Amino acid sequence: MEKTLRRVLVGNYSDLPERLGKTVVIDDLEVAVFKLSSGKVKAIENKCPHKGGVLADGMVSGEHVFCPMHDWKISVVDGEVQAPDEGCVQTFKTEVTDDQVYLLIKE
Amino acid sequence: MPKQKLILIGNGMAGIRAIEEILKLKPNDFDITVFGSEPYPNYNRIQLSKVLQGDTDVSDITLNEWQWYEDNNIRLYPGETVMKIDKQKQIVYTDKDREEAYDQLIIATGSNPFMLPLPGADKEGVTAFRDIKDCEKMIDYSKKHKRAAVIGGGLLGLEAARGLLNLGMDVDVIHLSDFLMERQLDRAAGELLQKELEAQGMNFLLEKQTAEITGKKHVTGLKFNDGGKIAADLVVMAVGIKPNIALAKENGIEVNRGIVVNDFMETDVPNIYAVGECAEHRQMVYGLVAPLYEQGQALAKRICGVDAEQGYQGSVLSTQLKVSGVDVFSTGKINEDKSSKAIKVFDEWRGTYKKLIVDEGKLAGAVLFGDTKDGNRLLSFIKKGANVEEYLDAGQSEESGVDLVAGMPDDEIICGCNGVSKGTIVDAIKNDSLTTVEQVKGCTNASRSCGTCKSLVSDLLEYTLGDDYADNQEESICGCTTLTKDEVIAEIKDKGLTHTREVMNVLGWKTEEGCSKCKPALNYYMGMLNPIEYEDEKESRFVNERMHANIQKDGTYSVVPRMYGGVTNSKDLRKIADVADKYEVGMIKLTGGQRIDLLGIQKQDLPSIWADLDMPSGSAYAKGLRTVKTCVGANFCRFGTQDSVGMGIDLEKKFEGLNTPHKIKMSVSACPRNCAEGGVKDVGVIGLDGVWEIHVAGNGGTHLRKADLLCKVKTSEELMEIVGAYLQYYRETANYLERTSAWVERVGIDHVKEVVVDDKKKRDELNERMDLALSAVQEPWGEAIKNETLLKELYEKVNVPTASK
Ligand code: SRM
Ligand SMILES: Cc1cc2nc3c(=O)[nH]c(=O)nc-3n(C[C@H](O)[C@H](O)[C@H](O)COP(=O)(O)OP(=O)(O)OC[C@H]3O[C@@H](n4cnc5c(N)ncnc54)[C@H](O)[C@@H]3O)c2cc1C
Ligand code: SF4
Ligand code: FES
Repeated sequence: MEKTLRRVLVGNYSDLPERLGKTVVIDDLEVAVFKLSSGKVKAIENKCPHKGGVLADGMVSGEHVFCPMHDWKISVVDGEVQAPDEGCVQTFKTEVTDDQVYLLIKE
Repeated sequence: MPKQKLILIGNGMAGIRAIEEILKLKPNDFDITVFGSEPYPNYNRIQLSKVLQGDTDVSDITLNEWQWYEDNNIRLYPGETVMKIDKQKQIVYTDKDREEAYDQLIIATGSNPFMLPLPGADKEGVTAFRDIKDCEKMIDYSKKHKRAAVIGGGLLGLEAARGLLNLGMDVDVIHLSDFLMERQLDRAAGELLQKELEAQGMNFLLEKQTAEITGKKHVTGLKFNDGGKIAADLVVMAVGIKPNIALAKENGIEVNRGIVVNDFMETDVPNIYAVGECAEHRQMVYGLVAPLYEQGQALAKRICGVDAEQGYQGSVLSTQLKVSGVDVFSTGKINEDKSSKAIKVFDEWRGTYKKLIVDEGKLAGAVLFGDTKDGNRLLSFIKKGANVEEYLDAGQSEESGVDLVAGMPDDEIICGCNGVSKGTIVDAIKNDSLTTVEQVKGCTNASRSCGTCKSLVSDLLEYTLGDDYADNQEESICGCTTLTKDEVIAEIKDKGLTHTREVMNVLGWKTEEGCSKCKPALNYYMGMLNPIEYEDEKESRFVNERMHANIQKDGTYSVVPRMYGGVTNSKDLRKIADVADKYEVGMIKLTGGQRIDLLGIQKQDLPSIWADLDMPSGSAYAKGLRTVKTCVGANFCRFGTQDSVGMGIDLEKKFEGLNTPHKIKMSVSACPRNCAEGGVKDVGVIGLDGVWEIHVAGNGGTHLRKADLLCKVKTSEELMEIVGAYLQYYRETANYLERTSAWVERVGIDHVKEVVVDDKKKRDELNERMDLALSAVQEPWGEAIKNETLLKELYEKVNVPTASK
């Protein structure tokens, strides 16, 4: 069956801090939303594949976030963990319209 | 061509390594099946010692994740043991009644720990130290029991003993010989080792033979042949290993001590190979990983039918003990005999010992204690069969290390723990333009585990990069730049740079926005250089310093309010108690720094807790002043000579909130009994009658260091002046994340004395700059709760209401 996408309002684009993460809680799911210095908004699962570190509190550099727990480097674009560590986190599509930031979550 | 069916028995380090080598040569030629008795993917057995010692976690030592097997189309049967091999029909049978046919079969069943057949050896609480299960059992026991006995004072036994000590147990080590590690060390080194380990808290019973393990169902102790006995709740047997050859033997494959193989790792049965600890090659059975990488290569070449004229030629081994604070190394022959001569250097003052064995003019072995830097070099000289003059002439000079790595073949293993070869490292240096050991570690994993191959990696960098590397000797800040800290600081001053991204842009950083190493470092240097105008970048701070709280493993935080000098009052205690109730904190704990920690707090509750507490932040997260511990002092204690509490509070109030390269801990005691532990503090003040002694650069953490006496002063004004200048000099010249202990080791205590104590003018200038920096300090919790934007940006979570269907 085709999965439907749910559009979730995260907040105002202008309120999102640049190069910092925001934790978004949707039922059991936690998503880390980042506004990069390029202005793009990216969203990944808020759970490091290493030991579940909260990525929203990590340090953001370009298109990567460094996990605050043990410093794994993870792409906020495709969710890939960078070498020499391995793994991947789920990514979510985002949409910005009229200063509103939305997350698209599969249901 | 249909794929050949390849079966591996034993999902351990040797077997999987051989498979990796095969996949490198012929990724598509084999249909691979792996059986392993242990229910895990292949893990790094060596690291079990580190797991037990608490330096790493079981989940961190996996070498090949489940995904790796999938990605390579390998069928893995974890937790399944091969029981029988039909060598005629070429079929294996397992304990789960599976039959699987093979074209090629690799046996890599490793070793079994040797369990002494003592009366009582079957009681609960007796364990070996071989696999994850044993490791977990010991950790489990340490939570409920206190006394451990380790039988065997060899490598494994001592690593187990150190782990059990770290787990909080009292440890007796029972050893048959009259000195430790007698198979790897000579008496002199063995005795030095014993002294060092005794200082770490191990207790040794030498020349003792265990006769019986006592207890009913569960062990309660040991009895010895000489009638003596000790109590124990846990007994670890670490007396040796024996190759696991039962399967081969029962199925008619030739065995001796191990499964007998030729230079191509072939057994006497066609299409059956053996590799690793279960294999015996030229009468040698190895118990370390270095040989199994070489064996794996030889085996892979043979199975894949490529360039295998030479095969495996045997290995020269070296050993190293993985116990922190102890450096021992040995290789080759360790004891002199009639035909050999020894060169010995024993430096009792530094506690180092070095012995080289020379056989007919050639280096044949070495034992090092205390300083093992030369180990790798010695090992290669011995492997080459070099004349001893060659080694002595080469001396300690830089070139010799480079010559040495230049002479190594590409497939020589540099990092034994992770099996990284010279070729892999050199390729990575060239292809990814690497310039530092850190970068090589990041890209290839070499030196990531035990770190003993660091000097070789550095030699390889020099060998590959030539003069470019020599220029880089001073480590750059991180992989994003080739500039050193001093160069960057000079440029920041010179060009008047004002924020981190500007530094990166102007100075040609290789990455657009830096990494988790350079961002916080630059942020610190800029704040130090320009305390008034520089605007601290919260996004360049590590999580704890950004949030002003300590993050916990589950993403909650902890809160430690200030308690100046460790002194509190009923009002503050009541506030803490009220907050603890109101926010249902997970735990209230006294810290090692004389204050109270509230743990398990939700991120979004932090600001309101700070508001309720209305106390300053204890900065338990900061690269800055943490605590000033004090003793009771002259006002109460019968031995006290000075007001240590008052002095401690003054120091804490003066320097709180300051940013420093790494954290700073201080203490003030009021007599030489030193109850506030000034010997292990960044600044440890000891009050004597009419005098304050200022000790500096002590460290009680990872790299234990006893403080040096900086000077003695008479008045509290002088004390503040010296401490202020000392800290400012540290702020200005240390590398980011360098504790005072490492900094003083680097620049020398005499140099620090010259600047801070002997030179009044410099001292005054330093204090001026310190006062400027202190004038810019703001109390972070008070700041945060007033700042709406900050509250919103950092502490709020977005809660999305449940979707209405
Ligand atoms: C809370 C406390 C343990 C306790 O309950 O007693 C503690 C907790 C942590 N220490 Fe500590 N240290 C605590 C006293 C110590 C002490 C003892 C002391 O200060 O008297 C030491 C050894 C003394 C020393 O530093 O010289 C100590 C040596 C370390 C080290 C090793 C530092 C080093 O240079 O070797 C680290 C790692 C680091 O800072 O990089 C560390 C790091 C940590 C961190 C922050 C680890 C982290 O980054 O998450 C811990 C936070 C735990 C958590 O989940 O909240 N902790 N830590 C102590 C807080 C004292 C305080 O009131 O501020
Ligand atoms: C605590 C500890 C510390 C060590 N430290 C070092 C060190 O610092 N340096 C060093 O060089 N070496 C060290 N070693 C030794 C090193 O770990 C071994 O040499 C290496 O693991 C041997 O690899 P192997 O593949 O031959 O055997 P193993 O890694 O033991 O793998 C064999 C595997 O085969 C499985 N197996 C056995 N029989 C069957 C069967 N019939 N069917 C299916 N599966 C089977 C076993 O369960 C096991 O998982 C250490 C060992 C220990 C225990
Ligand atoms: S509190 Fe300190 S000693 Fe304890 S686990 Fe954390 S870092 Fe290690
Ligand atoms: S949890 Fe993310 S690096 Fe360990």
